[in-house]
Amino acid sequence: MTDGHNHTNKGLLLALVVLGLLGFVLPGWAAFLGIVALSKGLVVLGLLLLWRLGLVSFGQALYFGIGGYTVGLAGLWWGLHDALALTALGTLAATAIAALLGLLIARYREIFFAMLSLAFSMILYGLLVKSDLLGSSDGFGVPPVSFAGMALSPAHGTLALYALAAVVACGAALLVHRLLRATLGHLAGAVRDSELRVEYLGVSVFQVIYAQYVAAGALAGAGGAITAMAVGHVDPALVYWTVSGEFVFITILAGTGHVAAPFLGALLFEVVRSFAMQYAPFTWQLILGVVLLLLILFLPNGLWSLARRWRGGEA
Amino acid sequence: MYTLLAILVDGLVYASWLFVVAVGLTLIFGVMRILNVAHGSLYAFGAYAAASLVGAYAATGFPPAGSLLLLPAAALGVGLVLGLLLERGLLRRLHGRDEIIILLVTYAAFLILEDVLRLIWGSDAYLAFQPYAALGNLEAGVLIFATYDLSLIGLAVLLGLALWWGLQHTRRGKLRVAVIHDPELARLVGIDVSRFHTGTFVLGAMLGALGGALTAPQISVTPGIGVEVIVLAFAVVATGGMGSIPGAAVGAVIVGLSRAAAVHLLPEVELFVIYGVMAAVLAVRPHGLFSPAEGRRI
Repeated sequence: MTDGHNHTNKGLLLALVVLGLLGFVLPGWAAFLGIVALSKGLVVLGLLLLWRLGLVSFGQALYFGIGGYTVGLAGLWWGLHDALALTALGTLAATAIAALLGLLIARYREIFFAMLSLAFSMILYGLLVKSDLLGSSDGFGVPPVSFAGMALSPAHGTLALYALAAVVACGAALLVHRLLRATLGHLAGAVRDSELRVEYLGVSVFQVIYAQYVAAGALAGAGGAITAMAVGHVDPALVYWTVSGEFVFITILAGTGHVAAPFLGALLFEVVRSFAMQYAPFTWQLILGVVLLLLILFLPNGLWSLARRWRGGEA
Repeated sequence: MYTLLAILVDGLVYASWLFVVAVGLTLIFGVMRILNVAHGSLYAFGAYAAASLVGAYAATGFPPAGSLLLLPAAALGVGLVLGLLLERGLLRRLHGRDEIIILLVTYAAFLILEDVLRLIWGSDAYLAFQPYAALGNLEAGVLIFATYDLSLIGLAVLLGLALWWGLQHTRRGKLRVAVIHDPELARLVGIDVSRFHTGTFVLGAMLGALGGALTAPQISVTPGIGVEVIVLAFAVVATGGMGSIPGAAVGAVIVGLSRAAAVHLLPEVELFVIYGVMAAVLAVRPHGLFSPAEGRRI
């Protein structure tokens, strides 16, 4: 147990170093792809927490979008351009909304949980599409960001943003890893198995779910904030339920066995998607659907379980 | 005064549409505990099939009123084929898995069907206005309503009554209660539960396709029309109570009237209102207005 714990800590630090070194050799488009994959990985990391509780959110794009729009609006209205501050602000905004909505949503389970979170993301979508102040259906451009007071050229800006994404992702993975090893994380499996027994042990199931729901919202907010800065544009499509569906897809693709799985899953997803968009743009959803079916039928614990099987079943 | 009348009529027309679209979803959920995300695809297939049939019919030069009959025909065909395919080919194999896993399976089916639709019908828009035009308009003072829209209200009421009667007063409808309550025991007393599930699913699929087929004359049929329908139908069903047919009717009327009021009085909040109503109802009654109370399972 302790050994595996240290391995993960060291592994994540090593991953950060490798990601950092890669930044020096990657061409611009690959760095951009890396940013998008890392920020989607952040969202999926939050879904991993929920999945371990037995919950699936079909509306995580709500917090993804809140993170993105917060970054855009802070730049537009308050002239805030610092990438680090914007990321923090986007995360904070998503956390606040999650803390509010969580009070209602954390009371639901299974299909109701999935669809109620979906409904809330559609409420935001409806508001954004109709609101002229927020750019309605076209959205608006996010002003260029600066790093520690330095305005960088677009190429250097992408690299700096890539470094930021790598640090945030590894930091978040470390934190979530600690959370999974803490009481709250261990309670997740118990809640999934039998809520009643957990209550009899004197633990509030609501609090366990609520805390992890808010954490998932914060992670999605951070992912959305970084994505908005990388893309330089936000629009309501960011919040649409098909985006949430994509996050759920990556969760199942990656598996929930390890905190690194979401990032590898997101990377694989983004790489395959950029090829599919080029060679088979009209059958992309069909491919997604078939892969999803195959995963559910034959590999219910995702790709990460393959890695584990390959290493001979060690924890 | 006229605004009020317009809100009422528009709201009821919209509510009828919502009811037809949502009732299949609630029927399937009530019996099988499956929330069918692919319901939106069935809607879209129904719309495309109806548009193609009406187009072909119009080309023959027969009187346009005849095209009205093609709408339910398209729905029956689509519902039968896709319903059987989904239930027999896919869902049956996953019987007994978590509800949420089944939800994901129907989501996968939705993704696949969306692209299959595009492969069959391409990305062009289809028009099937003939049935709409054939019925003409009704005038009420300064307001003009399309007769087609108004007759949708009657159709939805008839459909609702027929379903209610079928479930309450026929042998199969009564057996349904046994199947919902305890599939094991139902099997023991000789009910063919698996055929029951197939039948329910196909009926639900036909209703979803009917929603699309009836909508085809009102809109231009383009890719992506099914995506929003799922979420809307869920909002209606969740407001009314999942699995309840009267619940779907009440949910449809509430959502329909609130949306019409929003469209006429405060158009900015149109989409917001639909889900806002649902969130408000669920905050007070977590399982919707008409859902039966459930004991705590240990």
